[in-house]
Amino acid sequence: MIYDIRLTISHQYAVAAGNGRHVLRVLPRALPGRQRVTAHLIAAEPAPDERRDSVDFFGNAQSMITQIEAHQKMTIRMSSRVEVTAPPDLDGAGTDLSGLAQTLKQQRSLDPESPLHYLGPSPRLSPDAAICAFAKAAISDGADIPAIVEAVGKALHGHITFDATATDVDTGAAEAFAQRRGVCQDLSHIMILGLQSLGIPAGYVSGYLRTLPPPGGVRLEGVDAMHAWVRAWCGPDRGWVEYDPTNATFIGTDHIVVAYGRDYADVSPVIGRLRSSGGQVHAQSVDVAVVD
Amino acid sequence: MLAADGSVKPEWQGFLDHIQGLDPQELRNRFARGDQYLRDAGVLYRQYDETVSVDRNWPLSHIPVILDEAEWRDISEGLIQRADLLEYVVRDLYGPGDLVASGQLPGTLLTQNPAWLRPMVGVTPANGNFLNLLSFEIGRGPDGKWWVISDMVEAPSTAGFVIENRVAMTKAFPSFFNKSNIYRIAGFFQDFQQQLFHLRGNKSGRIALLSPGPANQNYAEHAYIARYLGMLLVEGEDLIVQDGHVMVRTVAGPKPLSLLWNRVPSALCDPLELDQNSLIGTPGLVAALRQQQLGLVNAVGAAVLETRALMAFLPKIARKHFGAPLKLPNIATWWCGQDSARAHVMANRDRMIVGSAFSTVPLMADSSDQGQNGTARPDLGDLSQTDGRNLVGQEAITLSTTPTYENGALVARPMCIRLFLARTAEGWQVLPGGYARVSAGDDAKAFAMQRGGKVADVWVRGAQPVKSPSLLDAGAADSRTPTARAALPSRAADNLFWLGRYVERAEHNMRLFRAYHARLNDGATHGSALCVHIRHALMQDVSEDPNAMAGKFDAPLDQALGAARKIGDRFSPDGMAALRALVSSAETLRERAIPLEDFSREISQLLRQITGFAGLVHENMYRSDGWRFLSLGISIERAANMAQLLSRLVQEDAPDGALDLALEVGDSVVSYRARFSILPHRRAITGILGIDEENPRSIRYHVSRARRHIAELPGQNKGQVLSAIARKILLLETELAVSDPDALTPDLLAKVQRDIWDLADTLAQAHLV
Repeated sequence: MIYDIRLTISHQYAVAAGNGRHVLRVLPRALPGRQRVTAHLIAAEPAPDERRDSVDFFGNAQSMITQIEAHQKMTIRMSSRVEVTAPPDLDGAGTDLSGLAQTLKQQRSLDPESPLHYLGPSPRLSPDAAICAFAKAAISDGADIPAIVEAVGKALHGHITFDATATDVDTGAAEAFAQRRGVCQDLSHIMILGLQSLGIPAGYVSGYLRTLPPPGGVRLEGVDAMHAWVRAWCGPDRGWVEYDPTNATFIGTDHIVVAYGRDYADVSPVIGRLRSSGGQVHAQSVDVAVVD
Repeated sequence: MLAADGSVKPEWQGFLDHIQGLDPQELRNRFARGDQYLRDAGVLYRQYDETVSVDRNWPLSHIPVILDEAEWRDISEGLIQRADLLEYVVRDLYGPGDLVASGQLPGTLLTQNPAWLRPMVGVTPANGNFLNLLSFEIGRGPDGKWWVISDMVEAPSTAGFVIENRVAMTKAFPSFFNKSNIYRIAGFFQDFQQQLFHLRGNKSGRIALLSPGPANQNYAEHAYIARYLGMLLVEGEDLIVQDGHVMVRTVAGPKPLSLLWNRVPSALCDPLELDQNSLIGTPGLVAALRQQQLGLVNAVGAAVLETRALMAFLPKIARKHFGAPLKLPNIATWWCGQDSARAHVMANRDRMIVGSAFSTVPLMADSSDQGQNGTARPDLGDLSQTDGRNLVGQEAITLSTTPTYENGALVARPMCIRLFLARTAEGWQVLPGGYARVSAGDDAKAFAMQRGGKVADVWVRGAQPVKSPSLLDAGAADSRTPTARAALPSRAADNLFWLGRYVERAEHNMRLFRAYHARLNDGATHGSALCVHIRHALMQDVSEDPNAMAGKFDAPLDQALGAARKIGDRFSPDGMAALRALVSSAETLRERAIPLEDFSREISQLLRQITGFAGLVHENMYRSDGWRFLSLGISIERAANMAQLLSRLVQEDAPDGALDLALEVGDSVVSYRARFSILPHRRAITGILGIDEENPRSIRYHVSRARRHIAELPGQNKGQVLSAIARKILLLETELAVSDPDALTPDLLAKVQRDIWDLADTLAQAHLV
C-alpha cells in the first residue's frame, strides 16, 4: 500500500512570540521490510533561522527548528510518500508470562529496541492499581503473549468510550481510565500500564491512520489528527507486535508508524518553548491518501 | 577524639588544651565572634516547613572535626580511586554500555532509572571528562574504619559553606590557627579555579555557574562560590542557544559561554529534550552539548552515579577494573532485583535499612525510608514477587562520634563528613578539610540539618608546619576579573534596575505618608481638601486606613528585597543587610500599633534608613554596569514621581497648601527658603523641583543623570548615530533645560512623566530582555 500523507500543525499566539525553538517528530519512520519512505518534506513558517535534523535515542527522526523574530502564527507542514507492507502474520505458539519473565532476566542490551526500556515507569506513566486489576481480570491463564495483548486491548476497547472532548493532551492515564472516556492517547497509555503490570514490555507508537475506508469498510476513528497505538514485546523470537486499542485491532497496512517511545512524552509531534506573554491556540490536520 | 584505650588522640590534644585554657565566658565570646561573621556574611540555611521556607541561623558547631594527616591521606587515596572508578562507570553508561552487556550491571538499573538520561547517550563531553568536581560523604564505624555513605555528583556540593565555616572558625580561634599545623583550604580552590579556566579551552569564552535560582535552598551558596571563584552566576533563562553555541544574554547582547558549572538537576536542564515540565532549563542546551560546544562540570546525566542501587555493584566492578578491591569500601548494599540479594535482605532484615533502589538521596539520610526503628516497614513478603527491582537493602552502620559543645560541656555526637575532590592538571586533588554534619542526638540516623543537627569545620592536622598559600599564587589567577565588564546578564540588570525603582518608590510614598500624618497632627482631618487630594491624586485612591497607606511603601520594599535576592552575587552584603534592616523596621512599625500622633516621627526614622541605603549605593558600589542600572532605576523612578507630584500640585485648582506639600515631599524646604524667603509660589517651585540642575530632588537632575548613565551603557556608540534610548533621553533633557519654569504646566509635567515611562520601556527593550 502506498500513501501520500500530509500534516499541518499551526500555533496561533494571542501576543506575538519570539525566540521559539521546537522539536518535531512528525516524519514517518523508515522500517526495513515494513515501511519505506520514498519522499518527504518538512516546512515551517516563519522560515526557521536554524534547523537541525537528527535521530533520537529511540531511532525516531527529529528536527529542531528555531524562529527568532516575534511572530503571531507558526505553521509546520509535513508531506511524505510511504510504502507500507503488512507485518508478518502472528502464528505459532509463543511464550507465556512466566517464560517471558525468565527471558527478560537474560536481556543485557541497552539498544533502542531492547525490551528493558519498556518496563516502566516512564515520564508520563506510573503504575496504577485499578488498571493493573483490570488487566489481570482481562486475561486467561497460560495464554501466550500476543493473545494477552489482544485480550487486554479488546477489553479496554469495550470498557472505554472514544470521546474527543473528555480528555486533553495532558490528561493522566489513571484519570482517563477512571472516567472511562478518552482518545487514542489515553487508550494507549492505559494499555501500556496494563501490559506492564503483567510484566510485558510495552511502548507507545505515534503515527498516521488511513483516512478513507477501503471499499465496503468502516471509517476508522481518530483520523483527523495523528494517531497512537501500542507495541508489546512477545519474547526474543516473536519480538514486537503492535496493537491499536482505539480500533481493537492488530496493526496491518492502515497504520503508518512515525515514532516509538515509552509514552507520549517520548514521541510528542511538537515540543516547543518560546518567549510569549499570552495564550495560544493549536490546530492540527492530517490527510492520508491512498496512491493507486 | 578518643583512641581505643580512652586517651585523647594526638591530633586533638593541642585544640583541647587551647579551649581548656579559656574561661567559659571567653569561650562563649569566641563562639559568638564566629557566629557574628556568619550572620554578617548572610550565611543562612533555609528550613522548609510544609508551605513556607524560613531562613535560620547557620548551625555551626564551634568544635571542629580534627583528622590526623596520615588518616586523611589514606582516606584521600581511597576517594581518588573511587573518583576514577566513577569516571570509568559513567563513561560506559553513556557510551558503549559494556557493564550491562557483560552482566556486571543489570540493565534495568538504567532503563527504569529516571536519572539515566537517554538523550545524553553517545554525547562525549567537550572537555574530555564527565566528572570534574565530586564530593563524597563518609562515616567512620566504631572500629575506626571509614565507609563511603554517598557519592555526590550533582547533589549540593556545599563547597561554599566549607569556606564560610573555615572563616568563621578562624574568627573564633585566630591565635590557635597561627601556631598549629592545620592545613589551609584556599589552595584547593585556587587550583580548581585554574582548572576551570584551563577547561574552557577557547580563551574568550565565559565561565558561569548555572543555578536553579533564588527559590533554591542553596542559592546563597551558589552566589557565594561564583563570586569567590570569579565566575558569572546565571540561571537557565539567562542562556540562549544560537547555532549550537550556548550564549549568555547580557546587557551588551549575547556572549558566548565556554564552560558551565552546572548546579541545576540534570533532568531539568533542557525542557525540549529532557524533562518537558522544567521551567528552569535552557531550550536547546542538550543539542549544544551534542555538538561539543560547551564544557561542563559535571556532565549532564552524570548524577545517575548517585543511584543507591549502584553501590551494590561498584565493589565488584572495581575489582574487575582495577584488579584490586576498593581502598575505601562503601556501605554494604544489596539490590533486591537479584534473587540471592533479596533473600539476604529478607534474612537480615533487622540489620538493614530498606528503601527505593533509584533514589539519589543517601538511604541513611532519607526521612521517607523506614529504618531499623521505623514503625512502617515495607512488607517484605512482596519482595519475593516482582518489585524487588525497585528496592535496595543497606546495612545500618553505627557512626562513631565527634565532640560538640552543648550547655557548657563537650558531648559526643554521631557525625559524618563530606570531602571534596577536584580534577586539576595534576589529577584529582582532595580538599584538606571538609564539611561535617553532626547529629543532634544519639541517633546515628538523624542527620538532616532540618532535624536540628549541626555542621562543623573539618581540620586536617599536619605533623609539620603547613605552607600557607602565598599571595603571589593568588595573584597568578590573572584571568579572574577581565570578563566582568561586558558580561552583566540582562536578567540581573533588570533586577538591579527594579531594585532601584522599588526602593525609590517606597521612599516617595513614605514622604507622602509622613506629610499626610503631619497634617492630621496639625488638626486637619481625613476629609480636609489637601488630605483628600493626597490620597486620590498622589496615592492612587488609597483609603484612610493607615495600614493601607503604609502598604504603599511596604509593598515596594518587599518587592525590592525580592529583586535583591535574585541578584545575590551582584549586590553587596552591606547593601543587602541595609535593605533587610529597612524591611524589618517597616514591619515592626506596622506591628507595633503606634499612636497616630507618632507616625511622622517613626517614618522619619525609616526615611533616614532609606537615605542611608541610597548613600550606600552611591558611595560604596563599584561603578559597574550593574551599579549603573541600579542608579538608573532610582533616577527614572524619582524623576517620574516628581513629575507626577508637581503636575498634581501646581494645578490652578489644587487645594490650599499644595505648594508647601510639594516642597516638603521634595525635601527642598530649606533650599527654597535660602533662595526665596517668601511664601511658596508656583514659578519658584517648578523651577527648583522641575528644572534646577543642582537639586538632587528635581526632575532635571535625574534626567541628566540618567542621560549620563545611558551614554556609558554597552553598545551606546559615542559620537555616532544615537540609539533610540539615547535620543529620547537627550530630547527630554533638552526640553527641561530650555524650559522656563512657567512653561512647566500640569499638562507638560504629565507629558514629562509619560515620556519617562516610555524611556523605561525603551531601556528595557534595548538592554533588559
